[in-house]
Amino acid sequence: MTSPATAPALAEPSTSARRDSGARYVLGKVGGAVVSLFVIVVLSFFLIRVVPGDPIRLLTRNSSLGPAQVAQLRHDLGLDKPLPAQFVDYLVGLLHGDLGTSANFQQPVAQLIMQRLGPTVLLVGAATVISVLLGLWQGTRAGWRRGSRFDRFSTGFALTLWSAPTFWLGMILLSVAGTWFPTQGISDPDTPPSFFPQVLDVAHHLVLPCLTLVAVLYAQYLLVMRSSLLEEMNADYLTTARAKGLRDDLVRGRHAVPNALLPTVTLIFIQLGFVVGGAVTVETVYSWPGLGLLLYQALADHDGALLQGLLLVLAGAVLVMNLIGDLLLHVIDPRVRAA
Amino acid sequence: MRIRRIGIGLIAAGMAVLSAPIVAQAQDTPQPKTLRVAVTGTIASMNPFMAYHLGDTEIGRVMYAFLTSYSRDDFKPAPGLADKWQVSGDNLTWTYHIRSGAKWSDDQPITAKDVAWTFNKIMTDKTAATANGNFVANFDTVTAPDDSTVVIKTKKPQATMLALDVPIVPEHVWSKVTDIGKYDNLQYPVVGSGPFTLTNFTQGQSITLKANPDYYGDKPAYDQLQFRHYDNADAAVQGLKNGDVDVVSGLTPAQYTALQSTPNVTTVKARQGRQNDLLINYQAQTNDRQPVGDGNPVLKDPKVRQAIARSVDVKTLVDKAYGGLAEPGSGFVPAVFEQWHWTPDPSQDQKFDLAAAGKLLDEAGYPKGADGVRSDKQGKPITLRLLVDSGIPAQTAAANFIKGWLNQVGLGVTLQALSSDALTDAGSTGKYDLQINAWTGNPDPDALLSIQTCGNLPDAQGNGNTENFMCDGMIDDLYKAQLSEMDQAKRVKDVKDLQARLYSLDSSVVFAYPNSLEAYRSDRWASFGLQPSQGGSITHQNGYYGYLLAKPVDSAAGGGSNTTLIVVIVVVVVVVLGGGAFLLSRRRKAGADERE
Repeated sequence: MTSPATAPALAEPSTSARRDSGARYVLGKVGGAVVSLFVIVVLSFFLIRVVPGDPIRLLTRNSSLGPAQVAQLRHDLGLDKPLPAQFVDYLVGLLHGDLGTSANFQQPVAQLIMQRLGPTVLLVGAATVISVLLGLWQGTRAGWRRGSRFDRFSTGFALTLWSAPTFWLGMILLSVAGTWFPTQGISDPDTPPSFFPQVLDVAHHLVLPCLTLVAVLYAQYLLVMRSSLLEEMNADYLTTARAKGLRDDLVRGRHAVPNALLPTVTLIFIQLGFVVGGAVTVETVYSWPGLGLLLYQALADHDGALLQGLLLVLAGAVLVMNLIGDLLLHVIDPRVRAA
Repeated sequence: MRIRRIGIGLIAAGMAVLSAPIVAQAQDTPQPKTLRVAVTGTIASMNPFMAYHLGDTEIGRVMYAFLTSYSRDDFKPAPGLADKWQVSGDNLTWTYHIRSGAKWSDDQPITAKDVAWTFNKIMTDKTAATANGNFVANFDTVTAPDDSTVVIKTKKPQATMLALDVPIVPEHVWSKVTDIGKYDNLQYPVVGSGPFTLTNFTQGQSITLKANPDYYGDKPAYDQLQFRHYDNADAAVQGLKNGDVDVVSGLTPAQYTALQSTPNVTTVKARQGRQNDLLINYQAQTNDRQPVGDGNPVLKDPKVRQAIARSVDVKTLVDKAYGGLAEPGSGFVPAVFEQWHWTPDPSQDQKFDLAAAGKLLDEAGYPKGADGVRSDKQGKPITLRLLVDSGIPAQTAAANFIKGWLNQVGLGVTLQALSSDALTDAGSTGKYDLQINAWTGNPDPDALLSIQTCGNLPDAQGNGNTENFMCDGMIDDLYKAQLSEMDQAKRVKDVKDLQARLYSLDSSVVFAYPNSLEAYRSDRWASFGLQPSQGGSITHQNGYYGYLLAKPVDSAAGGGSNTTLIVVIVVVVVVVLGGGAFLLSRRRKAGADERE
């Protein structure tokens, strides 16, 4: 790939100084992330307990459990201890990788989260890849021919989808296309357990949730790509490239797009962190067994241990993705290195 | 060059993927005949000692036999594992005869020792008592003198000895379990004794059970019972229309009405053991009689509560709020349990009468102001908070009607629609004035009535099971009397007297027994074993008849797997061709670029 001609003509710092500043940059970012994670641990623990609602009461209402069994359940889950003691228990558990036990599912939280991680990564991953490809391609075309019919149509269409309520969009898709695609879950329990039928079955189940998620996600990639391409449009290096007699699509593909991509990279990583939580509505509509659905269930049942475990994982995902985004930008954008 | 090779590879892989299911399909044996039921609630545990969610107990019921069961016709006690039983003269010793020849699904015989082991485990292990501890609280000893006899001695006479909802587990499996609380009971096929055997449970996805050929009772007319989890009730309805599931329950009146005109779908309006009432908070307290919550003091006046009761028009609520899909309410025990159900005789009946309600309030000294709102004894206008679950349309509609009537008699009402979460919390902490509430009962009224006793008041930590904080000497006495009364007729009288007393206290106004609304695919299923057999439900029974007696339509096919396959093929073809075309076009461009 031709290197973009944008690098400002700065005096090259000495190699060791650059390595030092690079290490400091990385350490600073990682340190910040660790501190944020600790704040999240503390906040998620106490916030959940400040909110009114007793998980055990919610679980046992309308069951034939008497006060003695309710008290026993509370004891088993450690909810009869004073708050500071519960917090210490939680921290000690965390250090051992133990996120506690879900009151609602009667299973270790870590185990539940691990079970649900795969489906979420599959759904969100597939939707992100498609959204990014679609958004970048369409954004580039739209930006390059600003004001054209293609631009007006694709921007308007994407914005309409983006502003539609995800839940509603999902339900509409379900009732329109539900005849051809499954309405529930990630796989059919009757599918033979061999590899190809299983893969096909999961792909079949993936279509509608993925389509819904793409519909709401891709607009932002389109818009960011379009606007950052517009910013590059009048840059001198493009005039130079054109002056060299390069074909229009080469000027776009080789010179304009790589530079315009930088803000998009940051967006992709920030979005990757958030999108796990953002899949809540899609996963709920299609009963897709991912983290979003688990979060919804934990909220509905006021399942404290599960909620704090999920908050930790989701916030952790955002932090890690931001960190990767920052570090990656450091590598690919010389301006960040120079700063 | 590399890209082209990847493209060709992709297309080849796609072809392989395409051909695989066709081959698999060709080799497939005929699909098992499966009854697929949509479930919406959480199903957490297949461990019967830990299973207290509604969905868990429903699956426990088809996996395990119980000592006795409830008859399909009218919920009367019927044989289960025990085919005969007798009680001693002092009503303290129960002897059950275990049927001979019954087998666990792993071919081991079911004996009295399994029964004794199960009860003893619950009596001695606090964790094993999680779901069913209440049933054994009054047990003294449980023994098995021989393989076919179980003897249970109770501390006090106990009338519910034929209503022990405790799944009996195989001793030869469970005695090896060291920590009951952590055992998931998922060693397939799970050894059971019910009409179906668990063969797969995928949390939050599906539960599959195979017909148990060793079951001692009726055999199902199909091979597999499958529960599919939907988190979204509208998606479940769509699933029924598309043929992804055969039975859907818990429909809203709107969904029910819409499905009535759907081809190949039959709707079921069933009686169920559920009641809806208007709670009046006037005595929220803990079990050491410390007042809790913030109920309006004006509700302590019996005349105010009576006026509220007379301002609720049960008939209009059933017709308008429930769209006729409910039975009018009266006694605390739902009407479907006919034997125990109570209705007031005309002399006691607090009929809907707004004029009489207004008169009661006038007499009690709450004068109407110029704005039509009455003031309390301190001269402050009376405003009552009416809480309702925002997620249940019929109940929010009912709350709006009730608000209107109360306003007409001069009581101010602010309506607060809350999440069920927040509503339960407000109820259990006594932070409300009025609240629309619901309870589900069992064929034996004991559990439902116990909600109205002092013993269920919460302790300081909130461990209790009440929402109107009832604690009344007369009710407690009647509750104890019915629990130890072996003479059926006398017990029925105690239970009805208790409900009459409750009615006269006006701590709650039972206004409806909502129907259970279900629908099924009539192109695949001809009939189900409803309970009660007249007007009963398919799902959420106090039995297993709904699924056990389901009859498939003769010509029913295995499902739309062919269309499914075609669609999958189309999707894969599109993806592969699209991907290939994309890669090829990239390749052409790259070539052009190299030439520049």
